[in-house]
Formats: sequence, C-alpha cells, structure tokens
Amino acid sequence: MFSIFQYQFIQNAFMAGTCVAIVAAIMGYFVILRGLTFAGHALPNIGFAGAAGAVLLGFDPVIGLLAFTIIAAIAIGVLGKALRERDIAVGIIMTFALGLGILFLSLYSGYAERVYSILFGQIVGISLENVLFTTLSSFLTLVILLLVFRPLLFSSFDPEVAEARGVPVNLLGLVFLVLVAITVSIAVQIVGALLFFTLLIGPAATTIRIVQRPIWAILLASILGICYTWLGIFFAANGTWPVSFYIATISFGVYLPIRLLSPLWIGQHARKSMPSRQDTFLPHMQSLEQEQNNSTEATGRKSELTR
Amino acid sequence: MGSERQEPVVELEHVRIQFGKRTILDNVNMTVNEGEFIAILGPNGAGKSTLLKVLLGLIKPSVGKVRVLGRPPRRGNSDIGYAPQHRILEADLALRARDVVGFGLDGHRWGTGLPNQKRRATIDTILQEVDATTFSEAPVGQLSGGEQQRLLIAQALLSNPRLLLLDEPLANLDIIHEQEIVALVNNICRARNVAVMLVSHDINPLLPVVDRVLYMANGQSTIGTTDAVITSAALSKLYGSPVEVVQALGRLFVVGAET
Repeated sequence: MFSIFQYQFIQNAFMAGTCVAIVAAIMGYFVILRGLTFAGHALPNIGFAGAAGAVLLGFDPVIGLLAFTIIAAIAIGVLGKALRERDIAVGIIMTFALGLGILFLSLYSGYAERVYSILFGQIVGISLENVLFTTLSSFLTLVILLLVFRPLLFSSFDPEVAEARGVPVNLLGLVFLVLVAITVSIAVQIVGALLFFTLLIGPAATTIRIVQRPIWAILLASILGICYTWLGIFFAANGTWPVSFYIATISFGVYLPIRLLSPLWIGQHARKSMPSRQDTFLPHMQSLEQEQNNSTEATGRKSELTR
Repeated sequence: MGSERQEPVVELEHVRIQFGKRTILDNVNMTVNEGEFIAILGPNGAGKSTLLKVLLGLIKPSVGKVRVLGRPPRRGNSDIGYAPQHRILEADLALRARDVVGFGLDGHRWGTGLPNQKRRATIDTILQEVDATTFSEAPVGQLSGGEQQRLLIAQALLSNPRLLLLDEPLANLDIIHEQEIVALVNNICRARNVAVMLVSHDINPLLPVVDRVLYMANGQSTIGTTDAVITSAALSKLYGSPVEVVQALGRLFVVGAET
C-alpha cells in the first residue's frame, strides 16, 4: 500500500502538489476575503482558452495560459471595482474566453491532449523538471504574498481607510489579481482547472469558519490543503479513480460538517463577550456590597459603642 | 513652541469642489482649532463626506486653499484619524476585533509583521480607551453596530492623530448606543485635545457636546455655534427657501428643508 512512494512519478506528484496546495490555500484566503471567488473560478477556465490558442499556433501552452489569464485579471481589476459589477465583468470575460477556446479546439486538427489535461489535470504524470519549476515559482509567489500581506489584508477589509492611510489600494488589487493569474497558469498544468479551484477555495473556506486570526487562518488553510492533496494522491495511486475526484470530495466532506456546525462555536465567541460585558458591572456591585458591609460594620461598631 | 500649538488644525479658504461640471461645494471658508468638536450637518448629497475626503487628500478641490496642520492635504497623513461611513461588516468575516484595530497601527506597512508585546500592549490600551476590551477577541462580524463603531474609532486613534474625521458614526444606532458613542467621542476629544469633525444627519444627540456646527446645503455652507447656525433665518438663507427650526421636547427639528 505504501510501496507507491518508491515511484518517481508519485514522489513528483507529492512535491508539486504540496507546493500548489500551500500557495493556493494562502491565496484562497485573500480571494475569499476580497469576494473574488467567482474570479478564482473563471481564471483557470480563461487560461484553458489561452492554452488552446497556443497549441493551435504551435506555442507552449503556458504562453497562452499566461497571456490570457493576465489580460483577463487586469480587465477584471479595471472593469469591476464593486462586487456585483465585478462578477458581471468576470462572467462576460469568461464566457468570451470559453467561446474562443472552443473555436481554437475545433480549428486544431490534432489530438489536443495537453489542452484537455489543463481542464482535468495530470498530477501523476509530471516530470522532475515540472516539479522544480513549480517549486520555484510557488516560492516566489509566496514571498510576494508575504511582502504585501498587511496592506493587502487592510485594503481587503477597509479600502477607504487603507487608501487614506496611504496604501496604494487599486494597485495592490491589480497586483493580487495578476499574482492569481500567474499562479493559475503554473498550477493548472500540474493539477488542472478543477483541482486548482478546489485547493484555492476549499481549505480557506473551511478555515475561516474555525479560526479568526489571519496568521492562524493561512497556516491552517495551508495544512488542510496539504492534507487534502496527500490523501487524494495516496488514494488515487492505490485505486483507479482520478486524483481530482478524491481531493474535491475530501474538501467538500470536511467543509460541509464544519459549515453546518460552525454557528455553534462562532456564536459562542459572541456569547462569551456577553457575560464578560456584565463583568464591567461587577465592580459597581462589589462597591455596593462593600458599602453594605461597611454600613453593617459601622452599625456593629455603633452597637459596640452603645454597649 | 507655544505659538506653533496655536496653529489651526484645518483651514479652508474659498474652496470649491466639482465633479465634472457639477459643483458640489462652493466658497467654503472655515477654520478648525485644536481640540474643537465640530458637527457637520446637511441633507444627503450636500458634500459632507466629500469634504472629509478633501481633508484626507483623496479629492482635490478645483479652487481655493486647503491646509491641514499648516500643510496641503496628503494621503497617508498619520495626523488624521479617519473612520468612513459605517457599513455592517459581513457576519463571516474572518477577523477578530483586535485585528481590525491593529490595522490602524501597522496595516499600511509591508510584510507580515511579527507578534510582539509592545504592539499588543498598544492595542490593549486603545481598546480600553474605547471600552472594547470585553469583545477584543470576538470575530468582528458577530459584533453589534455600536461595538463595531468603537473598533473603527479605536483604529483611527492608533496613530495619535490631531484631527479625527468620523463619517456618520451614529447611523443605524439606537438612541442608547447613539448616546454612548457621542459620550465616547466627546471624552476622546477633550482628553486628547484632538479636533473632531463628525458627520451626522441629526444634531440632537450632539447638542450637549459640540463646540460649533458646519451646516452644508445647496452647495453652500455656514459655520458657527449651534445657536447661531440652527435658526430659521440662517438655514432659510442657506437653503434659499423658507425653513423653520422648531424646538420641541428639548430637541431641534428642521422643517421644510429635508424631504
């Protein structure tokens, strides 16, 4: 059962999967915070169209992926500032890109295996070279994310105040979207569009129901992402069903009970503040009690005196 | 040093603000001094929030001179604390109360920042000042409007500003919480000697505490004490149409102005 670990392609899958899981989870935290979930879904699909175009023209699919996702990210960032408006922009851009993708595929006479693998992934079929490239680019993305961590969090939560405090809010928003686009382009070739979206949203969505502190949230999201990926590859390598199915199912299986049960402990937090709010009245009550004690003491003394 | 402290916190001379061809405000003249509590009143769309954004350097006036602490307005001015118009924060938002407050300290700095005792202590002190220690660890989405407002004020205070700009902090609050926030802002204003400019739709909760009132309507504005500004004569002149100020049950009502 554990003999699978001696195969090079399984080791490669674990390495690359781990890198993608970490970056996707941390990025996913911001994607959810900024209300960009739909954009996170659309970018891999837009990238698919780019890859199809690149294959048709005889380029490496990654060039098409990068070109399409980065242009789309900038368009989404510029067109849609408010959430509603942004989702409409995302929808329009994605459907246009998918239309192009279908055209490119129909024009291409060969068997577009590399393009289909972008939709569904091929994590157990990647080379060591792919692994190294994924590791390096994931590391770079992570460094940039950590560098902009505080202002990005601030501007996600309260863009108006952040802007007044001198944070370049619009530029940061654009940089973040482009960063998502680049990550999509690299990760999608490894794990596929479906799996990337799972690793982007699943761990972060579960995490924000459990912890509130940003640092813990991104740590827990990364750990969940790694666990899902490892379990998924492990099951897939020992079985016959695809990796994406396992990882998506585990992600959903963890999210569902936590989503349903979380009102228990999230509400608990607020209730915890209720009794402690009453504590503020306690000193007052104590002083009343003290007064009463004093007065009984005083009357006691008085009675002593009278005695 | 002594003479420097006398310099006004805000100076506006003949300021006009335009969006395209539409003039929002014209010929605004005012001076706000250190530690003054100013209420900004007026109907919706009168340019109350816009004026705050001018002071923050987010909007440039088309005509006139603006000075904040003797200098032109600029973004990232840590002498100004700002809490924008309040919106109810999403219930799922994954941040604790103290994280929101902490943005005021170092949210604009690069990197992740490391947890340290001094930062924690600074935030604890400010949470105490706004009476928010009891819910400092709670997720912000779970807090009431009044509690969230305290956090936004705490956040705005963390840079030790000399000017506090509060946009509609009393919106969506019931009368008890309204009074609590007014008392809190007044205490902060007096204890820190920080100038406060508070945008409100109703003067009544502020009547006992404000020093002066800036009333904006119809692109025009007038500033002065409540007794001088909230009168039938002054407001009729401002609106350019008959307006009646009625006093009833110890409250002021402006009749005929706002629809």
